[in-house]
Amino acid sequence: MANLNNTEVIYGLYNDEEDLLRAVKTAKKDHLEIHDVFSPFPVHGLDQLLELEESRLHQAGFIYGALGTLTAFLGMTWIYTKDWPNIFGGKPYWSVPAFIPITFELTVLFSAIGMTVTFYIINGLGPGVVNKHLDDRITDDKFCLAFDKSQVNSEEAVAFFKTTGASEVNSKTI
Amino acid sequence: MSAVVSPIRKPLITGNKTYHQITEDLISPTEKTPTKEWVIGFIISVSVLTWGVFCILWTIWVGIGSWNLNRTINWSWDITNFVWWIGIGHAGTLISAILLLFRQKWRTGVNRAAEAMTIFAVMCAGLFPLIHMGRIWLAMFILPYPNTRGPLWPNFNSPLLWDVFAISTYLTVSVLFWYTGLVPDFATVRDRAKGLRRKIYNTLSFGWTGSAKHWQRWESLSLVLAGLATPLVLSVHTIVSFDFATSVIPGWHTTIFPPYFVAGAIFSGFAMVLTLMIITRKLFNLQDYITIEHIESMNKVILLTGTIVGVAYLTELFIAWYSGYVYEQFAFFNRALGPYWWAYFGMMFCNVVSPQFFWKKSFRRNVTLTFFLSIVVNIGMWFERFVIIATTLARDYLPSSWSLYSPSWVEIGIYLGTFGLFFTCFLIFARVAPVVAVAEIKHILKSAGDQYIGENNKGKHQQHGISNSEHH
Repeated sequence: MANLNNTEVIYGLYNDEEDLLRAVKTAKKDHLEIHDVFSPFPVHGLDQLLELEESRLHQAGFIYGALGTLTAFLGMTWIYTKDWPNIFGGKPYWSVPAFIPITFELTVLFSAIGMTVTFYIINGLGPGVVNKHLDDRITDDKFCLAFDKSQVNSEEAVAFFKTTGASEVNSKTI
Repeated sequence: MSAVVSPIRKPLITGNKTYHQITEDLISPTEKTPTKEWVIGFIISVSVLTWGVFCILWTIWVGIGSWNLNRTINWSWDITNFVWWIGIGHAGTLISAILLLFRQKWRTGVNRAAEAMTIFAVMCAGLFPLIHMGRIWLAMFILPYPNTRGPLWPNFNSPLLWDVFAISTYLTVSVLFWYTGLVPDFATVRDRAKGLRRKIYNTLSFGWTGSAKHWQRWESLSLVLAGLATPLVLSVHTIVSFDFATSVIPGWHTTIFPPYFVAGAIFSGFAMVLTLMIITRKLFNLQDYITIEHIESMNKVILLTGTIVGVAYLTELFIAWYSGYVYEQFAFFNRALGPYWWAYFGMMFCNVVSPQFFWKKSFRRNVTLTFFLSIVVNIGMWFERFVIIATTLARDYLPSSWSLYSPSWVEIGIYLGTFGLFFTCFLIFARVAPVVAVAEIKHILKSAGDQYIGENNKGKHQQHGISNSEHH
């Protein structure tokens, strides 16, 4: 979805996610370009209707995890075979089975931190970020569908909201 | 859309809630002036915490000699408390991660508080090994970093170092998982607030808007974090059990330890979740969100894991006898009939016998009995660790070095102090954040709310079924 930066939008608020889904379907049928959709909780089926690509976060997670695996395993290998070889309990310097727990932990750690940080960065979220939002009730019980005014004719949009059962229609520059 | 729900499913949200009512019920405790119960609880917790801090400072000032450890029993209360707290810290991730993967909807009522409990319990646990090191100001030596001491590295082959990695990873991942779930709910608090409060909650909510793409990524992140946290939670207590299992002490050197410790951890963790949630649901009037169904589900987990623990105890006894190894046989003889026999039978009764009450449905659904038994289970799990650690060490290979142990006032003080820390953190959490996950509850309303499924919906059911199939 496009970033909300000084865009004039016209938006409708719905009282139920089923109304919202119906409205999104209608908008698609009427070839109205949806600017963004906001909801108080994840509405299932919405991403398919909006044709959102599947998130690639898990692929990023895999790469971060692999980095963790390599960091731990190669790090311990270097330390115990090159930097400071030590014999513990008569075991070989390169005692691979003993490296498994830490390798596993660092895989999980790198993957979790990497994915979470990526999640906030690509969403433009973070401590201190102020994102303008359309209505305070969107995080409570309203489901919002917004059109960009430069893309969609206002009268057409108002008519659309009326027929799809929006409880309120407003305009705002965000 | 709301999935097709089996008619035999019981509702998990009662009271005919609307989305707005859910917001009101769950957010308003953070907006009101604290209740008298909260203030009293907070004052007690902070006082106990202060006493704990004093005892920790005393230990650091005087040295580990202020504890009643000796050469024979060189691990006792500290490590017992450490393993006990870590065990309690397992339920949060189990509820939020494993039950998410299994699509158990009842997790949403309790996951937020259980995750918070996990984080605070792991903080309490981590204190003990740090203090036990003796020179806590050198604690950074456990981390592998290039240093001027050689460079000298920690021993990567030691389970104690594996613990450092396991517990710090567990704490970090739990915090990330918990906070990511909190972000949309902080946004809900923000949007109801004004002035400074709004600014603070905007910072906490990271500027969340609720955009469809954000929700999609949020769900993807939650799912993958759950997938990562599931093996992680199993690994943490496995590695804790390695602290014992990789040693050559009779009674510790057993391969059954990892699964047995993990089952015990889930067992005690669920007991602690029940103890806390039964109090919380009463104090915050959350009976509509944490229903008897939730309590019954958790009691089933307690019954299962308690029984696994019981089987593990009996297997240990059988294998000790069957091994034909006299030292192993003596270790178990000593546990059951030695000087600490009361701890052994306390453990057997609390962990193996007491959960068996939950075979009966009316007992599983009895809040008072559940509350009582959840405390019994936690006492039992503390005994288990004491039996494994102190009573095993008390009678080692050499009768001339046999010894007995009872805690000093400092050790008791530190243990009490961790309760202070735990409850102080939990009470602050319950004030500043919704204790039940608001967005997740709204998400399951249509498939678990009592106006959509169950008894209250007879007649209406048909109609809803049609509207469901319409959207499929």
